[in-house]
Amino acid sequence: MAKKIIVPCKVKMPEQPAGERVHNYQEVPYGYTPEEAMEEARRCLQCARPTCMDGCPVNVNIPGFLALVADGDFQGAVDMIKLTNALPAITGRVCPQEVQCEGVCVLNKKFEPVGIGRLERFVADWEAGQGKIAIPQAPPQTGRKVAVVGSGPAGLTAAADLARMGHEVDVFEALHEPGGVLVYGIPEFRLPKAIVKREVDYVKSLGADVHLDFIVGSVATLDELLEKYDAILLGTGAGLPWFMGLPGENLGGVYSSNEYLTRVNLMKAYRPEYDTPVSRGNRVLTIGGGNTAMDAARTALRLGSKESIIVYRRSRAELPARAEEVHHAEEEGVQFNLLTTPVAFHGKDGRVTALECIKNELGEPDASGRRKPVPIEGSNFFIEADVMVIAIGQSPSPLIANTTPELKTMKNGTVAADTATMKTSKKGVFAAGDIITGGATVILAMGQAKIAASAIDEYLKTGVW
Amino acid sequence: MYKILRKEVFSETVKLMVLEAPLVAHKAKAGQFVIVRMDETGERIPLTIADFDAEKGTITIIFQEVGKSTMQMGLMEEGEYFENVVGPLGHATEIKNYGKVIVVAGGVGIAPIFPIARALKQAGNHVTAIIGARNKSLLFWEDRMRAETDHVIICTDDGSYGRKGLVTEPLKEILEQNKDIAQVWAIGPSIMMKFASLTTKPFNVPTLVSLNTVMVDGTGMCGGCRVVMDSGAKFVCVDGPEFDGHHVDWDLLLSRLSFFRDEERQAVERWKEQDHKCRTDIMFENGIKEGQNG
Ligand SMILES: Cc1cc2nc3c(=O)[nH]c(=O)nc-3n(C[C@H](O)[C@H](O)[C@H](O)COP(=O)(O)OP(=O)(O)OC[C@H]3O[C@@H](n4cnc5c(N)ncnc54)[C@H](O)[C@@H]3O)c2cc1C
Ligand SMILES: Cc1cc2nc3c(=O)[nH]c(=O)nc-3n(C[C@H](O)[C@H](O)[C@H](O)COP(=O)(O)OP(=O)(O)OC[C@H]3O[C@@H](n4cnc5c(N)ncnc54)[C@H](O)[C@@H]3O)c2cc1C
Ligand code: SF4
Ligand code: FES
Repeated sequence: MAKKIIVPCKVKMPEQPAGERVHNYQEVPYGYTPEEAMEEARRCLQCARPTCMDGCPVNVNIPGFLALVADGDFQGAVDMIKLTNALPAITGRVCPQEVQCEGVCVLNKKFEPVGIGRLERFVADWEAGQGKIAIPQAPPQTGRKVAVVGSGPAGLTAAADLARMGHEVDVFEALHEPGGVLVYGIPEFRLPKAIVKREVDYVKSLGADVHLDFIVGSVATLDELLEKYDAILLGTGAGLPWFMGLPGENLGGVYSSNEYLTRVNLMKAYRPEYDTPVSRGNRVLTIGGGNTAMDAARTALRLGSKESIIVYRRSRAELPARAEEVHHAEEEGVQFNLLTTPVAFHGKDGRVTALECIKNELGEPDASGRRKPVPIEGSNFFIEADVMVIAIGQSPSPLIANTTPELKTMKNGTVAADTATMKTSKKGVFAAGDIITGGATVILAMGQAKIAASAIDEYLKTGVW
Repeated sequence: MYKILRKEVFSETVKLMVLEAPLVAHKAKAGQFVIVRMDETGERIPLTIADFDAEKGTITIIFQEVGKSTMQMGLMEEGEYFENVVGPLGHATEIKNYGKVIVVAGGVGIAPIFPIARALKQAGNHVTAIIGARNKSLLFWEDRMRAETDHVIICTDDGSYGRKGLVTEPLKEILEQNKDIAQVWAIGPSIMMKFASLTTKPFNVPTLVSLNTVMVDGTGMCGGCRVVMDSGAKFVCVDGPEFDGHHVDWDLLLSRLSFFRDEERQAVERWKEQDHKCRTDIMFENGIKEGQNG
């Protein structure tokens, strides 16, 4: 191959101007045109030892699909991605590429990495635009039945794989809509719900049945499911929101990010024809620095708040959110109060009015390797706001574990599983996604679900636990 | 989709519906609730399972029209469908033979108290029921309560039926006269549960209340239903709905309940403007009055 010429910067992806988009719920970036996509894909050096793939938790053949995009063979590209990644339209939008594939792309040492996420999104959208997503031929049925609990990325991925292996699959979902965090947490302007619906429809088209309003643990316990099913995959995520235990935390106007985002996304409080209310707030304060915090802070602006402020205890470099989300939030005018820890909520007549905070300085690195925030004594100050959103993390709900004594859980409520097979301590029960990792990422949930699906297939064939 | 098999109108603002929901009916126990959603744009509304029939696959709900969603629900008829019914949610009441017990119901609280009273009676308890309502027209299921308990006392605020006065009065009298009451259940508007708990406290009789906080999912995912107990914050949907009334922070509960009042009022007004003018005028008047009790 002729020596490649290095193009230092990504082809720009057009997006809605910040001033405009804070008034609507439409997606921020518009996506590449075919020409732009091919141009961007040609930036790839086609490395003999592609480091990008080391960064991909599901081993997408990145240079392979990029070469096909560069040639204009978009169908070939999307087929290649889908060999290992069932949800490219979603991961292309929400993966933290800067710490995964793009973070380790050789170009990233001196230049901008190849826009791998954007191209993944492009080919998936392109395929959907063709109007005919190919449905693989139904394989011979094995006659074995698998119950998948939860319809987030883990459940959907496992359901798709298991159906393609010829097993009968029933998905059980507690809420009235399938998709997990993809529908109740991540906002429309970042991940349009039509895309999630498309993926759910695809899983159904493979033969999986989705049962909504079905809470496993209450409508049926795992033991009851095991009477009808040969195996179970638990993909119930980490839905239990953390609070801080600070004074005033239960005042009106203090929300968990789950409540705030669920009201807006799942229950569509932002649309007048829907009945669920949400406080709009003049000044909204969000506590936390992850994707969830960015989503809440940016949602507040779209609901009409004049100011949206993030309070985060470490410094900017440690913000765990995707780089693009922080960038978009800043562009939209979200203010960042860094190195700041909340100490109390203050209110009047039952409603929150101000957050008392203390300033931090960075100390020695802690267990996570990040420098630890150390409070500066006497630096207390107040930030006034009428809505506050706590977005400091979540852990798995104890519902299933409580009704299944043999299911081993860890201190933080996650379910113990062997990461090579995703087997739990209970025979016939596998688990994948946030339920075993705690709040993590879509792609990790998907990767584990794929491992689990293969292991379930193996278990159903051999009966060996 | 969940079909309305039967509708009964108890009063202008209180209605009963029997719904086809076999999975819920199969598992339901006294003390549990469901969340229903009328249609695609509807809220998720928590309602107690007032009765259930596992064989027929049905559950009964009884609701009071207090706001836009419950008013709209009141207009639904037999043969129509709810988009969603999910449950059973929450912990069931711990039923065993306690000895002598009292169940106290305020208003629409008769609905949730009924299956509890029945189960307690079946477990061998001596059950006294105290039922209160603002007036006679808001009472229902007196016959069923009489059939399933040992003794029924009825109070109305206006004296239009039974004793004139609040449920806390006979409750106090019974506690004074009987030192052997083992447990009390009080279910109704929050303010009534608060005062029932205050009434029993000096007698040191354990008192369980069934809290009806604002909820979204009902599965422990949002924390919107949190209530503060002496021991810390709890989620009503998964830790409750029954709690020890002597340890609830009632003032906080009441202030959290009124949090969306402005938004709710606007929702009713918007809805009324659209098409349901005259009927809802009356319901709105009644509804808000009653809503403020809770
Ligand atoms: C606001 C927000 C933004 C995020 N942004 C990103 C991002 O940009 N990029 C990224 O990679 N990750 C992001 N994440 C994390 C990512 O969404 C999760 O890691 C991922 O969704 C986990 O998938 P899962 O399938 O394990 O669980 P979930 O998506 O949580 O799905 C679990 C499903 O199981 C259902 N369920 C739970 N209990 C039961 C039960 N007992 N019976 C039946 N059903 C049940 C739930 O209702 C839910 O639908 C974000 C998370 C949040 C909250
Ligand atoms: C576990 C649980 C079980 C319940 N069981 C029943 C039941 O069996 N029958 C029944 O009629 N209701 C029951 N409720 C209350 C019922 O869910 C609410 O009345 C309903 O959601 C109100 O919806 P809305 O849109 O009509 O009124 P909204 O517009 O939400 O409210 C209108 C007015 O009612 C007040 N209000 C709101 N929620 C409540 C409440 N929980 N209690 C009292 N006043 C309130 C508001 O402050 C407002 O003034 C239960 C609630 C819970 C949490
Ligand atoms: S590391 Fe970067 S340049 Fe190399 S193959 Fe992967 S995407 Fe292409
Ligand atoms: S209603 Fe959401 S946690 Fe209880």
